[in-house]
Amino acid sequence: MEMVNRPYARAFEQYATQHPEVLCLSADLTSSCEIDGFRDRHPDQFLSMGMAEQNMLSFAGGLGLAGFRPFIHSFGVFLYRRPYDQLMASIAYPRRKVRLMGFLPGITTPGGMTHQAIEDIALMRAIPNMTVLEAGDATEVESIVAEADAVDGPVYCRILRGSVPRLFATPMKIGQIRVLAEGSDVLVVTAGIATEEALRARAALAEAGVSVRHLHLNTHKPFDAAQIVDHAASVRHGVVTLENHLVTGGIGSMVAEALAEAGLPRRLVRLGLQDTYAHGGSRPYLMRYYGLDALSLVRAVEQVAGQQTGITEESLETVRIDAVHSAVKAEAL
Amino acid sequence: MQNAPTTEQVAAGIRRRVFEHAIRNNGGYLSQACSAAEQLAFLYNEALNLGPSTMPMVPPPFAGVPSANNPDYVTGAGYNGPFTPEYDRLFIAPAHYALVAYACLIETGRMAPEGLEMFNKDGSSVEMIGAEHSPGMEVHNGTLGIGLSTAAGLAWGRKRKGEAGNVCVFMSDGEVQEGQTWEAVQAAAHHGIDNLWALMDVNRQQCDGAMDDVMRVGDIATKLRNFGAVVAEIDAHDLTALRQARALPHEGQPLIILAHSSPTKGMDFLMRRFPRLHYVRFKSEEERREMNIAIAAELGIAPIELEDH
Repeated sequence: MEMVNRPYARAFEQYATQHPEVLCLSADLTSSCEIDGFRDRHPDQFLSMGMAEQNMLSFAGGLGLAGFRPFIHSFGVFLYRRPYDQLMASIAYPRRKVRLMGFLPGITTPGGMTHQAIEDIALMRAIPNMTVLEAGDATEVESIVAEADAVDGPVYCRILRGSVPRLFATPMKIGQIRVLAEGSDVLVVTAGIATEEALRARAALAEAGVSVRHLHLNTHKPFDAAQIVDHAASVRHGVVTLENHLVTGGIGSMVAEALAEAGLPRRLVRLGLQDTYAHGGSRPYLMRYYGLDALSLVRAVEQVAGQQTGITEESLETVRIDAVHSAVKAEAL
Repeated sequence: MQNAPTTEQVAAGIRRRVFEHAIRNNGGYLSQACSAAEQLAFLYNEALNLGPSTMPMVPPPFAGVPSANNPDYVTGAGYNGPFTPEYDRLFIAPAHYALVAYACLIETGRMAPEGLEMFNKDGSSVEMIGAEHSPGMEVHNGTLGIGLSTAAGLAWGRKRKGEAGNVCVFMSDGEVQEGQTWEAVQAAAHHGIDNLWALMDVNRQQCDGAMDDVMRVGDIATKLRNFGAVVAEIDAHDLTALRQARALPHEGQPLIILAHSSPTKGMDFLMRRFPRLHYVRFKSEEERREMNIAIAAELGIAPIELEDH
């Protein structure tokens, strides 16, 4: 599997330098959000806003009113918890073209409760006028910049930083669900880093004879409920969602709402944080501890399919790299 | 064709209209008219470079909130003139001053008197707490503290684009209790945003009563200076002082004028209600009659004729 170093840094610089109405805002997390190089090379397009997120959000609303398209960079959690009122009144209500770039989504940070955006999708998708995106690999991190900037209104993006795997060969398109496998037993719906976990689980499940239909979401809002329902209707047993987020208000809730409104009776297991905060630790440890990893997904699929596969943690380790790579090729078709 | 009104006449007209409205509707934001009449009259009648209103004299009814499905949405900014590079913009940060601002729009010929009849009526855009779509309102400011930040962002953008128009915020002193106000001042100073200025109505009153009882804020002028603003302190009811303060040079820094006002200026009878002046509601018909006669006399007009209930 190809690993890409700092895909956001390169993609943003490439895009922003072509679009002078794009401004780069940072709240004292410039290198942490991979825009330090941009700051140094393009100081005229960069605004240091200090540790003052409430002002930064309203200020960005004012920049939007002046005809600019500010990209606000911080850890996702700092973009909405403290300045939620400013997000509502200065950005979302007037539909300013502000692009909120939220780094370290969910448990991808060892920073613990204060740093972990675990309810951001739930809040953001409840906000009228908001578009909500999430990158799942390096290709999506690269393509999310232009996609977000094409939106006529505010956008919140979950961004991955540092060394990011490349899973997809084609850029993301807002609203387009990626169909990664078209199996007939269980539907698995994932987004963000959960998709990589699902790719691992899928390869093992295929060997064990369980046919998985796998969807990857990069657009949480607008949400394509009809397509989810169609896919859910085409599997035998039921649906499993896996998300780097609370199951309340996130993908699990979105899928549940879609099935209920369509009147489609399907078993649904929602994996993610179960009405709990997380604590600080490494990403693999946290994914294991809170049941967001490939093994947890295998167990949930077994539960829905009503069969044991004999897959163990060790067997998942061995399928890892090759399996992921072949899945990518399948998707590229 | 009448001569343009003087700023003094506009201020007197604001007090009269707000008073009449409050008497007819059994209460209102009377003390805000007392403290801010000269300030809003000064802004609209002489300090700001505003083009002619682009909106109908009688405000259109509420036409929906901003959404992708509402392409015809407009804000109330058009009442302050066209949004073109040469003209100034005005944000009225304390949105509960809306009644006073509407009265000012009428006095400066930007809105018909009938507009005030729609105040706080269901389905009207002339809302009690000024919304973005209300006449003269350009952005949502109902949560206090966000106005100056938004104005700073707009001003930075206008400066970057080389636009001549300034950005002005009419503020209330209670807003200095909000942390965001200080974040906004430090950001405006840090980024040298000097096409931004604010006029703050320092009436030392807030919803719960006198600010000193609710939350002491200390010396606002010193604090603002330390955060990087150029500050002038003046008597809010002295137009000459307002003009001099506005003329202060503030290169590389925002200008904030602290206009010390009386919450009962022109309606001294209201002192009977001190310090609960935020929203004056009459406690009885008798009090209403009493205020009608006493304040009308202070304003030099006949008592408002009331319909029998």
